Amino acid sequence: MSTITRRKLITTGIAAAAGASGLVVATELAKRYGLIPPDSGGIYGPGETLTYAAQRLLTRHSLAREFSRGQISAKPFTNEVDKLSDEFQRLQQGAFADWRVAVDGMVARRVSFSLAELKSFPQRSHITMIQCEEGWSYIAEWTGVPLSHVLALAGALPQARYVVYRSIQQDWWESIDMADALHPQTLLTYGMNGSELPVGFGGPLRLRVTRQLGYKSVKYIVRLTVTDDLKHFGKGLGSAAPEAGYAWYAGV
Amino acid sequence: MAETPHPRHSLLVRVTHWLITFAFLALLVTGLEIVVSHPRFYWGETGNDNTGVLFKIPIPASRNLVPTGYGYVLPDQNGWSRYLHFQSAWVLALAGALYLIAGFFSGHFWRNLLPSRSHVSWKQLALSIREHLRFKRPSAEEAWSYNVLQRLAYLLVVFVLFPMIVWTGLAMSPAFVSAVPAAVNVLGGQQSARTLHFFLTGALVLFLLVHVVMIFVAGFRNRMRAMITGRAAEPLEHV
Repeated sequence: MSTITRRKLITTGIAAAAGASGLVVATELAKRYGLIPPDSGGIYGPGETLTYAAQRLLTRHSLAREFSRGQISAKPFTNEVDKLSDEFQRLQQGAFADWRVAVDGMVARRVSFSLAELKSFPQRSHITMIQCEEGWSYIAEWTGVPLSHVLALAGALPQARYVVYRSIQQDWWESIDMADALHPQTLLTYGMNGSELPVGFGGPLRLRVTRQLGYKSVKYIVRLTVTDDLKHFGKGLGSAAPEAGYAWYAGV
Repeated sequence: MAETPHPRHSLLVRVTHWLITFAFLALLVTGLEIVVSHPRFYWGETGNDNTGVLFKIPIPASRNLVPTGYGYVLPDQNGWSRYLHFQSAWVLALAGALYLIAGFFSGHFWRNLLPSRSHVSWKQLALSIREHLRFKRPSAEEAWSYNVLQRLAYLLVVFVLFPMIVWTGLAMSPAFVSAVPAAVNVLGGQQSARTLHFFLTGALVLFLLVHVVMIFVAGFRNRMRAMITGRAAEPLEHV
Protein backbone atom coordinates (compact mmCIF):
# COMPACT_ATOMS: atom_id res chain seq x y z
CA MET A 1 0.00 0.00 0.00
CA SER A 2 2.68 2.47 1.08
CA THR A 3 4.91 1.66 -1.93
CA ILE A 4 2.04 2.35 -4.32
CA THR A 5 1.35 5.61 -2.55
CA ARG A 6 5.00 6.61 -2.76
CA ARG A 7 5.27 5.65 -6.39
CA LYS A 8 2.11 7.57 -7.10
CA LEU A 9 3.49 10.55 -5.19
CA ILE A 10 6.74 10.52 -7.16
CA THR A 11 4.94 10.08 -10.49
CA THR A 12 2.53 12.86 -9.66
CA GLY A 13 5.42 15.09 -8.58
CA ILE A 14 7.35 14.47 -11.79
CA ALA A 15 4.22 15.02 -13.87
CA ALA A 16 3.46 18.27 -12.03
CA ALA A 17 7.04 19.51 -12.42
CA ALA A 18 7.04 18.57 -16.11
CA GLY A 19 3.69 20.29 -16.57
CA ALA A 20 4.83 23.45 -14.79
CA SER A 21 8.13 23.71 -16.68
CA GLY A 22 6.30 22.90 -19.92
CA LEU A 23 3.96 25.78 -19.23
CA VAL A 24 6.87 28.17 -18.58
CA VAL A 25 8.63 27.08 -21.78
CA ALA A 26 5.38 27.38 -23.74
CA THR A 27 4.79 30.89 -22.38
CA GLU A 28 8.34 31.98 -23.30
CA LEU A 29 8.02 30.53 -26.81
CA ALA A 30 4.59 32.09 -27.22
CA LYS A 31 5.99 35.51 -26.24
CA ARG A 32 8.98 35.19 -28.55
CA TYR A 33 6.87 34.21 -31.57
CA GLY A 34 4.15 36.75 -30.88
CA LEU A 35 1.43 34.27 -29.97
CA ILE A 36 -0.03 36.21 -27.03
CA PRO A 37 -2.97 38.48 -27.86
CA PRO A 38 -3.08 41.99 -26.34
CA ASP A 39 -6.25 41.17 -24.37
CA SER A 40 -4.64 38.15 -22.68
CA GLY A 41 -5.09 39.58 -19.19
CA GLY A 42 -8.20 38.75 -17.18
CA ILE A 43 -10.16 35.59 -16.66
CA TYR A 44 -10.61 34.79 -20.35
CA GLY A 45 -6.90 35.28 -21.10
CA PRO A 46 -5.99 31.57 -21.17
CA GLY A 47 -8.71 30.73 -23.68
CA GLU A 48 -7.90 33.73 -25.87
CA THR A 49 -4.19 32.92 -25.83
CA LEU A 50 -4.80 29.27 -26.72
CA THR A 51 -7.13 30.25 -29.56
CA TYR A 52 -4.86 32.94 -30.98
CA ALA A 53 -1.67 30.88 -30.64
CA ALA A 54 -3.22 27.72 -32.08
CA GLN A 55 -4.82 29.53 -35.00
CA ARG A 56 -1.68 31.56 -35.75
CA LEU A 57 0.41 28.40 -35.91
CA LEU A 58 -2.21 26.74 -38.11
CA THR A 59 -3.08 29.66 -40.37
CA ARG A 60 -0.02 31.83 -40.83
CA HIS A 61 -0.18 31.66 -44.63
CA SER A 62 -3.57 30.10 -45.31
CA LEU A 63 -6.04 31.86 -47.58
CA ALA A 64 -9.68 32.39 -46.70
CA ARG A 65 -12.01 30.39 -48.89
CA GLU A 66 -12.82 32.10 -52.17
CA PHE A 67 -16.09 31.50 -53.98
CA SER A 68 -17.35 31.49 -57.54
CA ARG A 69 -19.16 34.47 -59.05
CA GLY A 70 -22.40 32.49 -58.90
CA GLN A 71 -22.13 32.26 -55.12
CA ILE A 72 -22.15 36.03 -54.57
CA SER A 73 -25.09 36.85 -52.29
CA ALA A 74 -27.99 38.51 -54.09
CA LYS A 75 -29.01 40.07 -50.79
CA PRO A 76 -26.03 41.16 -48.71
CA PHE A 77 -26.77 42.83 -45.41
CA THR A 78 -25.70 46.34 -44.44
CA ASN A 79 -25.19 46.24 -40.72
CA GLU A 80 -26.17 49.31 -38.77
CA VAL A 81 -23.64 52.08 -38.30
CA ASP A 82 -23.80 54.98 -35.86
CA LYS A 83 -24.85 58.30 -37.35
CA LEU A 84 -22.17 59.27 -39.85
CA SER A 85 -19.94 62.03 -38.53
CA ASP A 86 -20.07 65.62 -39.81
CA GLU A 87 -16.60 65.14 -41.26
CA PHE A 88 -17.79 62.08 -43.19
CA GLN A 89 -20.82 63.95 -44.54
CA ARG A 90 -18.67 66.87 -45.63
CA LEU A 91 -16.38 64.50 -47.59
CA GLN A 92 -19.39 62.64 -48.98
CA GLN A 93 -20.74 65.90 -50.41
CA GLY A 94 -17.49 66.22 -52.32
CA ALA A 95 -17.88 62.68 -53.69
CA PHE A 96 -14.97 61.65 -51.43
CA ALA A 97 -12.48 63.48 -53.67
CA ASP A 98 -10.76 64.76 -50.51
CA TRP A 99 -10.81 61.42 -48.68
CA ARG A 100 -7.30 60.51 -47.57
CA VAL A 101 -5.74 57.69 -45.62
CA ALA A 102 -2.63 58.52 -43.59
CA VAL A 103 0.12 56.00 -42.81
CA ASP A 104 2.29 56.71 -39.77
CA GLY A 105 4.05 55.09 -36.80
CA MET A 106 6.99 52.76 -37.46
CA VAL A 107 7.44 53.69 -41.11
CA ALA A 108 10.41 55.09 -43.03
CA ARG A 109 8.22 57.95 -44.34
CA ARG A 110 4.85 59.20 -43.20
CA VAL A 111 2.59 59.28 -46.22
CA SER A 112 -1.03 59.83 -47.05
CA PHE A 113 -2.97 58.71 -50.11
CA SER A 114 -6.13 59.92 -51.77
CA LEU A 115 -8.71 57.44 -53.07
CA ALA A 116 -7.55 58.18 -56.62
CA GLU A 117 -3.98 57.31 -55.65
CA LEU A 118 -5.11 54.09 -53.95
CA LYS A 119 -7.02 53.15 -57.11
CA SER A 120 -3.88 53.69 -59.21
CA PHE A 121 -2.01 51.07 -57.18
CA PRO A 122 -2.05 47.35 -58.10
CA GLN A 123 -5.59 46.10 -57.75
CA ARG A 124 -6.74 42.79 -56.39
CA SER A 125 -10.21 41.28 -56.07
CA HIS A 126 -11.52 38.27 -54.20
CA ILE A 127 -14.93 36.74 -53.68
CA THR A 128 -15.05 35.98 -49.98
CA MET A 129 -17.52 35.61 -47.16
CA ILE A 130 -17.98 38.16 -44.44
CA GLN A 131 -19.35 36.69 -41.24
CA CYS A 132 -20.73 38.65 -38.32
CA GLU A 133 -20.08 37.41 -34.80
CA GLU A 134 -23.88 37.41 -34.40
CA GLY A 135 -24.19 34.57 -36.90
CA TRP A 136 -25.27 36.05 -40.23
CA SER A 137 -23.13 36.24 -43.36
CA TYR A 138 -22.92 37.07 -47.05
CA ILE A 139 -20.54 36.59 -49.95
CA ALA A 140 -19.34 39.49 -52.08
CA GLU A 141 -16.57 40.40 -54.47
CA TRP A 142 -14.24 42.88 -52.85
CA THR A 143 -11.82 45.03 -54.82
CA GLY A 144 -8.98 47.11 -53.49
CA VAL A 145 -5.27 47.51 -52.98
CA PRO A 146 -3.42 45.00 -50.79
CA LEU A 147 -2.56 46.57 -47.44
CA SER A 148 0.93 45.09 -47.85
CA HIS A 149 1.47 47.31 -50.90
CA VAL A 150 0.53 50.47 -49.01
CA LEU A 151 2.74 49.45 -46.07
CA ALA A 152 5.65 48.84 -48.45
CA LEU A 153 5.20 52.30 -49.99
CA ALA A 154 5.42 53.85 -46.53
CA GLY A 155 8.40 51.64 -45.70
CA ALA A 156 7.09 49.77 -42.68
CA LEU A 157 10.05 48.95 -40.44
CA PRO A 158 11.07 45.32 -39.97
CA GLN A 159 10.36 45.40 -36.24
CA ALA A 160 6.70 46.26 -36.88
CA ARG A 161 4.34 43.79 -35.28
CA TYR A 162 0.87 45.31 -35.62
CA VAL A 163 -1.08 47.71 -37.78
CA VAL A 164 -3.65 49.90 -36.02
CA TYR A 165 -6.41 51.17 -38.29
CA ARG A 166 -8.95 53.85 -37.60
CA SER A 167 -12.33 54.82 -38.96
CA ILE A 168 -13.41 58.41 -39.47
CA GLN A 169 -16.17 57.53 -36.99
CA GLN A 170 -15.23 58.33 -33.42
CA ASP A 171 -13.77 55.52 -31.27
CA TRP A 172 -13.90 52.98 -34.08
CA TRP A 173 -10.50 51.40 -34.43
CA GLU A 174 -8.96 47.96 -34.62
CA SER A 175 -5.56 46.34 -35.02
CA ILE A 176 -4.16 43.22 -36.62
CA ASP A 177 -0.81 41.45 -36.43
CA MET A 178 1.60 41.42 -39.38
CA ALA A 179 0.45 37.92 -40.44
CA ASP A 180 -2.92 39.46 -41.27
CA ALA A 181 -1.59 42.88 -42.30
CA LEU A 182 0.75 41.41 -44.93
CA HIS A 183 -1.73 38.70 -45.92
CA PRO A 184 -2.46 38.78 -49.68
CA GLN A 185 -6.25 38.93 -49.14
CA THR A 186 -6.11 41.87 -46.74
CA LEU A 187 -7.27 44.76 -48.91
CA LEU A 188 -8.00 48.42 -48.50
CA THR A 189 -11.29 47.93 -50.28
CA TYR A 190 -12.96 50.56 -52.47
CA GLY A 191 -15.08 48.33 -54.73
CA MET A 192 -17.78 45.73 -54.16
CA ASN A 193 -19.42 43.42 -56.71
CA GLY A 194 -18.00 45.43 -59.61
CA SER A 195 -19.16 48.86 -58.39
CA GLU A 196 -17.98 51.50 -55.97
CA LEU A 197 -18.12 50.25 -52.38
CA PRO A 198 -21.48 51.56 -51.06
CA VAL A 199 -21.42 53.66 -47.90
CA GLY A 200 -23.53 51.06 -46.06
CA PHE A 201 -20.87 48.44 -46.67
CA GLY A 202 -18.00 50.72 -45.64
CA GLY A 203 -17.45 52.94 -48.68
CA PRO A 204 -15.43 54.75 -49.67
CA LEU A 205 -12.74 52.71 -47.91
CA ARG A 206 -12.97 49.57 -45.78
CA LEU A 207 -10.18 47.29 -44.60
CA ARG A 208 -11.18 43.70 -45.42
CA VAL A 209 -9.57 41.13 -43.11
CA THR A 210 -10.77 37.88 -44.63
CA ARG A 211 -9.79 35.39 -41.94
CA GLN A 212 -11.49 37.20 -39.10
CA LEU A 213 -15.08 38.11 -38.29
CA GLY A 214 -16.77 41.18 -39.73
CA TYR A 215 -16.01 43.49 -36.83
CA LYS A 216 -12.31 43.44 -37.76
CA SER A 217 -13.23 44.79 -41.22
CA VAL A 218 -13.58 48.40 -40.07
CA LYS A 219 -15.47 50.84 -42.30
CA TYR A 220 -14.42 54.37 -43.42
CA ILE A 221 -10.64 53.99 -42.94
CA VAL A 222 -8.64 57.23 -42.58
CA ARG A 223 -5.50 56.25 -40.71
CA LEU A 224 -3.05 53.37 -40.45
CA THR A 225 -0.44 53.26 -37.69
CA VAL A 226 2.37 50.73 -37.74
CA THR A 227 3.67 49.74 -34.30
CA ASP A 228 5.55 47.09 -32.34
CA ASP A 229 3.45 47.50 -29.20
CA LEU A 230 -0.27 48.03 -28.64
CA LYS A 231 0.08 49.17 -25.02
CA HIS A 232 -0.12 52.85 -25.87
CA PHE A 233 -3.27 52.67 -27.95
CA GLY A 234 -6.52 53.28 -26.09
CA LYS A 235 -6.65 51.21 -22.93
CA GLY A 236 -3.83 48.98 -24.16
CA LEU A 237 -6.07 46.04 -25.01
CA GLY A 238 -5.27 46.18 -28.72
CA SER A 239 -8.40 47.76 -30.14
CA ALA A 240 -11.83 49.18 -29.41
CA ALA A 241 -13.43 45.69 -29.43
CA PRO A 242 -11.90 44.47 -26.12
CA GLU A 243 -12.74 47.84 -24.55
CA ALA A 244 -16.37 47.00 -25.38
CA GLY A 245 -15.99 43.45 -24.05
CA TYR A 246 -15.27 41.69 -27.35
CA ALA A 247 -12.18 39.64 -28.19
CA TRP A 248 -9.30 41.35 -30.02
CA TYR A 249 -8.66 38.26 -32.10
CA ALA A 250 -11.75 37.31 -34.08
CA GLY A 251 -10.64 34.25 -36.05
CA VAL A 252 -13.39 32.24 -34.40
CA MET B 1 -22.53 -1.23 3.88
CA ALA B 2 -19.13 -2.37 2.66
CA GLU B 3 -16.85 0.04 0.90
CA THR B 4 -15.62 -1.21 -2.44
CA PRO B 5 -11.92 -1.99 -2.95
CA HIS B 6 -11.76 -0.41 -6.42
CA PRO B 7 -13.31 2.89 -7.33
CA ARG B 8 -16.57 2.66 -9.27
CA HIS B 9 -15.15 5.25 -11.67
CA SER B 10 -11.44 5.86 -12.18
CA LEU B 11 -9.96 9.19 -11.09
CA LEU B 12 -9.43 10.18 -14.71
CA VAL B 13 -13.03 9.43 -15.65
CA ARG B 14 -14.28 11.40 -12.65
CA VAL B 15 -12.09 14.46 -13.25
CA THR B 16 -12.80 14.62 -16.98
CA HIS B 17 -16.51 13.96 -16.36
CA TRP B 18 -16.86 17.05 -14.18
CA LEU B 19 -14.58 19.25 -16.27
CA ILE B 20 -16.70 18.41 -19.31
CA THR B 21 -19.92 18.88 -17.34
CA PHE B 22 -19.02 22.41 -16.26
CA ALA B 23 -17.57 23.29 -19.65
CA PHE B 24 -20.72 21.99 -21.35
CA LEU B 25 -23.02 24.02 -19.10
CA ALA B 26 -20.97 27.17 -19.77
CA LEU B 27 -21.00 26.43 -23.51
CA LEU B 28 -24.75 25.89 -23.40
CA VAL B 29 -25.58 29.15 -21.63
CA THR B 30 -23.17 31.25 -23.70
CA GLY B 31 -24.16 29.49 -26.92
CA LEU B 32 -27.81 30.34 -26.31
CA GLU B 33 -26.83 33.95 -25.57
CA ILE B 34 -25.04 34.10 -28.92
CA VAL B 35 -28.10 32.59 -30.67
CA VAL B 36 -30.24 35.35 -29.12
CA SER B 37 -28.29 37.93 -31.15
CA HIS B 38 -29.49 36.22 -34.34
CA PRO B 39 -32.19 33.60 -33.69
CA ARG B 40 -32.46 32.69 -37.37
CA PHE B 41 -31.01 29.58 -39.01
CA TYR B 42 -30.06 28.88 -42.60
CA TRP B 43 -28.72 26.11 -44.81
CA GLY B 44 -25.77 26.42 -47.18
CA GLU B 45 -23.00 29.00 -47.13
CA THR B 46 -24.72 32.26 -46.25
CA GLY B 47 -27.81 33.79 -44.67
CA ASN B 48 -28.79 37.11 -43.15
CA ASP B 49 -31.77 39.32 -42.29
CA ASN B 50 -32.42 39.95 -46.01
CA THR B 51 -32.56 36.28 -47.01
CA GLY B 52 -34.99 33.46 -46.35
CA VAL B 53 -34.51 31.20 -43.37
CA LEU B 54 -34.48 27.46 -42.78
CA PHE B 55 -36.28 28.20 -39.52
CA LYS B 56 -36.28 30.85 -36.83
CA ILE B 57 -36.79 30.70 -33.11
CA PRO B 58 -39.75 32.86 -32.04
CA ILE B 59 -37.88 34.90 -29.43
CA PRO B 60 -36.83 38.54 -29.25
CA ALA B 61 -33.25 39.28 -30.31
CA SER B 62 -30.39 41.24 -28.73
CA ARG B 63 -29.86 43.24 -31.96
CA ASN B 64 -32.41 45.72 -33.23
CA LEU B 65 -32.13 44.98 -36.97
CA VAL B 66 -33.30 41.37 -36.63
CA PRO B 67 -36.94 41.15 -37.75
CA THR B 68 -38.33 39.19 -34.79
CA GLY B 69 -41.77 40.78 -34.60
CA TYR B 70 -41.11 41.91 -31.04
CA GLY B 71 -41.10 45.60 -30.27
CA TYR B 72 -38.10 45.48 -27.98
CA VAL B 73 -34.45 44.41 -27.99
CA LEU B 74 -32.70 42.32 -25.35
CA PRO B 75 -29.35 43.43 -23.86
CA ASP B 76 -26.27 42.39 -25.84
CA GLN B 77 -24.40 39.58 -24.07
CA ASN B 78 -22.16 38.43 -26.92
CA GLY B 79 -18.84 39.86 -25.69
CA TRP B 80 -18.40 37.80 -22.54
CA SER B 81 -20.46 34.97 -24.02
CA ARG B 82 -18.01 34.54 -26.87
CA TYR B 83 -14.97 34.82 -24.57
CA LEU B 84 -16.40 32.19 -22.18
CA HIS B 85 -17.69 30.00 -25.01
CA PHE B 86 -14.23 29.53 -26.51
CA GLN B 87 -12.47 29.21 -23.17
CA SER B 88 -14.94 26.49 -22.18
CA ALA B 89 -14.52 24.88 -25.58
CA TRP B 90 -10.80 24.52 -24.85
CA VAL B 91 -11.56 22.89 -21.47
CA LEU B 92 -14.03 20.53 -23.12
CA ALA B 93 -11.72 19.67 -26.03
CA LEU B 94 -8.63 19.12 -23.85
CA ALA B 95 -10.49 17.11 -21.17
CA GLY B 96 -12.26 15.19 -23.94
CA ALA B 97 -8.97 14.40 -25.69
CA LEU B 98 -7.45 13.23 -22.39
CA TYR B 99 -10.49 11.02 -21.75
CA LEU B 100 -10.36 9.54 -25.27
CA ILE B 101 -6.63 8.80 -25.17
CA ALA B 102 -6.83 7.29 -21.69
CA GLY B 103 -9.98 5.37 -22.62
CA PHE B 104 -8.25 3.69 -25.53
CA PHE B 105 -5.18 2.72 -23.56
CA SER B 106 -6.85 1.69 -20.31
CA GLY B 107 -9.41 -0.52 -22.00
CA HIS B 108 -12.24 1.60 -20.56
CA PHE B 109 -14.05 1.70 -23.89
CA TRP B 110 -13.79 -2.06 -24.63
CA ARG B 111 -14.53 -3.06 -21.07
CA ASN B 112 -17.22 -0.61 -20.00
CA LEU B 113 -18.79 0.99 -23.07
CA LEU B 114 -18.76 -1.52 -25.91
CA PRO B 115 -21.81 -3.76 -25.47
CA SER B 116 -20.80 -7.38 -24.94
CA ARG B 117 -21.84 -10.03 -27.42
CA SER B 118 -24.62 -11.24 -25.16
CA HIS B 119 -25.98 -7.69 -25.03
CA VAL B 120 -26.39 -7.27 -28.74
CA SER B 121 -29.68 -8.90 -29.56
CA TRP B 122 -33.13 -7.51 -30.20
CA LYS B 123 -34.42 -9.48 -27.24
CA GLN B 124 -31.89 -7.93 -24.87
CA LEU B 125 -32.52 -4.48 -26.28
CA ALA B 126 -36.29 -4.84 -25.96
CA LEU B 127 -35.87 -6.05 -22.39
CA SER B 128 -33.65 -3.10 -21.52
CA ILE B 129 -36.07 -0.64 -23.13
CA ARG B 130 -38.97 -2.14 -21.16
CA GLU B 131 -37.04 -1.85 -17.92
CA HIS B 132 -36.19 1.77 -18.65
CA LEU B 133 -39.79 2.62 -19.49
CA ARG B 134 -40.88 1.18 -16.15
CA PHE B 135 -38.17 3.24 -14.39
CA LYS B 136 -36.98 0.04 -12.81
CA ARG B 137 -34.12 0.48 -10.43
CA PRO B 138 -31.03 -1.39 -11.55
CA SER B 139 -30.07 -4.51 -9.68
CA ALA B 140 -27.02 -4.39 -7.43
CA GLU B 141 -24.95 -6.23 -10.01
CA GLU B 142 -26.07 -4.05 -12.86
CA ALA B 143 -25.24 -0.92 -10.91
CA TRP B 144 -21.61 -1.97 -11.20
CA SER B 145 -21.59 -1.89 -14.92
CA TYR B 146 -23.58 -0.23 -17.67
CA ASN B 147 -26.68 -1.71 -19.28
CA VAL B 148 -26.90 -2.00 -23.03
CA LEU B 149 -28.97 1.16 -23.65
CA GLN B 150 -26.65 3.11 -21.39
CA ARG B 151 -23.62 1.83 -23.30
CA LEU B 152 -25.12 2.74 -26.65
CA ALA B 153 -26.08 6.21 -25.39
CA TYR B 154 -22.57 6.85 -24.01
CA LEU B 155 -20.96 5.59 -27.22
CA LEU B 156 -23.18 7.94 -29.23
CA VAL B 157 -22.29 10.89 -27.00
CA VAL B 158 -18.55 10.15 -26.81
CA PHE B 159 -17.89 9.15 -30.41
CA VAL B 160 -20.55 10.97 -32.41
CA LEU B 161 -22.18 13.94 -30.69
CA PHE B 162 -19.16 15.51 -28.97
CA PRO B 163 -16.78 15.08 -31.93
CA MET B 164 -19.47 16.45 -34.24
CA ILE B 165 -20.17 19.49 -32.08
CA VAL B 166 -16.46 20.32 -31.89
CA TRP B 167 -16.16 19.84 -35.64
CA THR B 168 -19.19 21.99 -36.51
CA GLY B 169 -17.91 24.63 -34.09
CA LEU B 170 -14.52 24.73 -35.81
CA ALA B 171 -16.26 24.78 -39.20
CA MET B 172 -17.74 28.17 -38.27
CA SER B 173 -14.29 29.69 -37.64
CA PRO B 174 -13.14 31.71 -40.68
CA ALA B 175 -9.48 31.27 -39.69
CA PHE B 176 -9.74 27.53 -39.05
CA VAL B 177 -11.45 26.82 -42.37
CA SER B 178 -8.87 28.94 -44.20
CA ALA B 179 -6.39 26.25 -43.18
CA VAL B 180 -8.80 23.29 -43.40
CA PRO B 181 -11.49 24.24 -45.95
CA ALA B 182 -12.78 20.66 -46.21
CA ALA B 183 -14.01 20.94 -42.61
CA VAL B 184 -16.80 23.27 -43.72
CA ASN B 185 -17.15 22.25 -47.37
CA VAL B 186 -18.25 18.68 -46.58
CA LEU B 187 -20.95 20.04 -44.28
CA GLY B 188 -22.46 22.05 -47.12
CA GLY B 189 -21.39 25.49 -45.97
CA GLN B 190 -20.78 27.73 -43.00
CA GLN B 191 -24.46 28.32 -42.21
CA SER B 192 -25.11 24.58 -42.44
CA ALA B 193 -22.35 24.10 -39.87
CA ARG B 194 -24.04 26.64 -37.59
CA THR B 195 -27.43 24.94 -37.94
CA LEU B 196 -25.92 21.48 -37.30
CA HIS B 197 -24.10 22.90 -34.26
CA PHE B 198 -27.49 24.01 -32.93
CA PHE B 199 -29.16 20.61 -33.53
CA LEU B 200 -26.24 18.78 -31.94
CA THR B 201 -26.65 21.02 -28.90
CA GLY B 202 -30.28 19.91 -28.76
CA ALA B 203 -29.25 16.26 -28.91
CA LEU B 204 -26.71 16.74 -26.11
CA VAL B 205 -29.24 18.58 -23.95
CA LEU B 206 -31.69 15.71 -24.47
CA PHE B 207 -28.98 13.29 -23.40
CA LEU B 208 -28.21 15.44 -20.33
CA LEU B 209 -31.88 15.47 -19.27
CA VAL B 210 -32.27 11.68 -19.62
CA HIS B 211 -28.89 11.15 -17.92
CA VAL B 212 -29.92 13.24 -14.91
CA VAL B 213 -33.35 11.59 -14.66
CA MET B 214 -31.62 8.20 -14.71
CA ILE B 215 -29.28 9.29 -11.90
CA PHE B 216 -32.34 10.04 -9.78
CA VAL B 217 -34.00 6.73 -10.71
CA ALA B 218 -30.85 4.80 -9.86
CA GLY B 219 -30.23 6.63 -6.57
CA PHE B 220 -28.96 10.18 -6.67
CA ARG B 221 -26.72 10.20 -3.61
CA ASN B 222 -24.94 7.00 -4.39
CA ARG B 223 -24.38 7.78 -8.07
CA MET B 224 -23.14 11.27 -7.32
CA ARG B 225 -20.80 9.92 -4.68
CA ALA B 226 -19.49 7.32 -7.12
CA MET B 227 -18.71 10.00 -9.71
CA ILE B 228 -17.21 12.44 -7.20
CA THR B 229 -15.23 10.29 -4.76
CA GLY B 230 -15.16 7.04 -6.72
CA ARG B 231 -16.62 5.17 -3.78
CA ALA B 232 -19.92 3.37 -4.03
CA ALA B 233 -21.83 1.42 -1.46
CA GLU B 234 -22.39 -2.28 -1.95
CA PRO B 235 -25.05 -3.47 -2.42
CA LEU B 236 -26.25 -0.41 -4.21
CA GLU B 237 -29.51 1.34 -3.61
CA HIS B 238 -31.20 -1.63 -1.93
CA VAL B 239 -30.62 -0.31 1.54
